[in-house]
Amino acid sequence: MKARITVTLKNGVLDPQGKAIEHALSGLGFDGVGQVRQGKVFDIELTGTDKTKAETDLKAMCDKLLANTVIENYSVAIG
Amino acid sequence: MKSAVVLLPGLNRDRDMIAALTKISGQAPATVWQTDTEIPDVDLIAIPGGFSFGDYLRCGAIAARMPVMRAVAEKAAKGVTVIGVCNGFQILVEAGLLPGALMRNASLKFVCRQVKLRIANANTMFTRGYQPGQIIRSPVAHHDGNYFADAETLARLEGEGQVVFCYADGTNPNGSINDIAGIVNDRGNVLGLMPHPENLIEAAHGGNDGRALFESALGIAA
Repeated sequence: MKARITVTLKNGVLDPQGKAIEHALSGLGFDGVGQVRQGKVFDIELTGTDKTKAETDLKAMCDKLLANTVIENYSVAIG
Repeated sequence: MKSAVVLLPGLNRDRDMIAALTKISGQAPATVWQTDTEIPDVDLIAIPGGFSFGDYLRCGAIAARMPVMRAVAEKAAKGVTVIGVCNGFQILVEAGLLPGALMRNASLKFVCRQVKLRIANANTMFTRGYQPGQIIRSPVAHHDGNYFADAETLARLEGEGQVVFCYADGTNPNGSINDIAGIVNDRGNVLGLMPHPENLIEAAHGGNDGRALFESALGIAA
């Protein structure tokens, strides 16, 4: 089973890296680029086959390590 | 007063911290390794600066989940004094021993310079050797020192006097919210700060502005 976890900054949290990317994109001539927010993606292989358990485990992984829930949100997608 | 220094792979200010504690307390601190599950009976535990685990994932995130940090949390809960400097501050925040988060500097640049700090609360076990509002100098060297906390947490920190050090005179090097440079937990026995007071404790360093912090924490402040 494969899972993808996406971690993004919460709204209202300043993202200087996203800001720098935003400026670089407009510097490359891409017009019409609004706000850019940078995040992280984790692709995780799981040996089990129980989807419900996997989802519980993956959320626990996010809460305990993969995301800093003070400043970040996460989403879990399986399959 | 006995002290201990936490060692983790990737830290690089551990020897500075050991030297400062040795000179100020008169005895060498014990050292504890990342896999240690027990910390000797000491009055002060210091987590030095550096780049534990290469700053992978987030600064301090991996270190905060190592066994030694569970032991630090247990000691902190018993009232033992804990100081985290730079990466040590990031580790304490990631471990949940201090509120908020430390994000990438607003300038996106690594900053290595001297800043000015205002003693925002001189009535703590870490700052009783300073005067209220006193301005001291301190080196900083970090890439992720941009302190952030939500409005509610921030109001609580400021209302309860948990903001201990603030960047002064326009020297905020990282965009930290409300110029916050160092905070304590609600009990007042755990301090985290981005500046490096251990690098300004004697004339050979060009000043001793950081010395009173350790003298305060070690109970030997004048």
